[in-house]
Amino acid sequence: MVPTAYYLVLAAMLFSIGVAAFLIKRNVITIFISIELMLNAVNLTFVAFAHMWHQVSGQIFVFFVMVVAAAEAAVGLAIIISIFRTRQTLNVDEIDLMKS
Amino acid sequence: MQLALFIIFGALALGGALNLLFQRHPINSALSLVVVMMSLAVLYWSLGAEFLAAAQVIVYSGAIMVLFVFVIMLLNAGEEERTHGSRAAYAVGIPGAAAIFCLLSFVFLTERGLGKSNVGGDLGNGVDNIAAVSQMLFTKQLLPFEVTSILILVAILGAVVLARKEQ
Repeated sequence: MVPTAYYLVLAAMLFSIGVAAFLIKRNVITIFISIELMLNAVNLTFVAFAHMWHQVSGQIFVFFVMVVAAAEAAVGLAIIISIFRTRQTLNVDEIDLMKS
Repeated sequence: MQLALFIIFGALALGGALNLLFQRHPINSALSLVVVMMSLAVLYWSLGAEFLAAAQVIVYSGAIMVLFVFVIMLLNAGEEERTHGSRAAYAVGIPGAAAIFCLLSFVFLTERGLGKSNVGGDLGNGVDNIAAVSQMLFTKQLLPFEVTSILILVAILGAVVLARKEQ
């Protein structure tokens, strides 16, 4: 028997690491990867709550999150390819078209 | 049994996430994320979500991460260099993430009912679980399910349009 709080704290750890990686990393692909990590952490809380309350709705929600994450990854990576093609860099410090 | 699975694969997921944070090359970060996703799939299975465990392996670590690795190799992404912005990000990012973690775990551990309630009963029959999920998905949630198919279609079209070479 594992208390639900353990799963939630594990998810909180993964989410915080994702936030830290999102803020620290300078490579746009790695930033995108850390967004996926945060999505996974939230999915873990959904599954833990679904098991705690014996409801399938939480699992359905995770299913939809997965679908949206797949769509987001496809579009986001296409945007990254397009950025690299025009600016020849993946460093977010140099992608500042809207700043100047 | 469940506690052992939780400790082993929770530690594996945490180690993978920390490795993602500390590696400098994007391909190493992507492969660490695969480790995190596979261990999360085991945790889903131990929580009685067999369908989601399979979908996690197939969709996340199978499809999405292959896409990431393809793009990293296509763009020939190298190690990231330290810049002025990255030092500022270290100064802000680590305390910020630690504050978020403290807030979340404080809520999770003090909220009444979460700390005391054990994760319920037996693991449940796999077939029953998938039957329940699909019954919910194809009756009550049919409209959202169909809308997601349109979302996927739009995403495919958008990806093709964005990544296409400009004429």
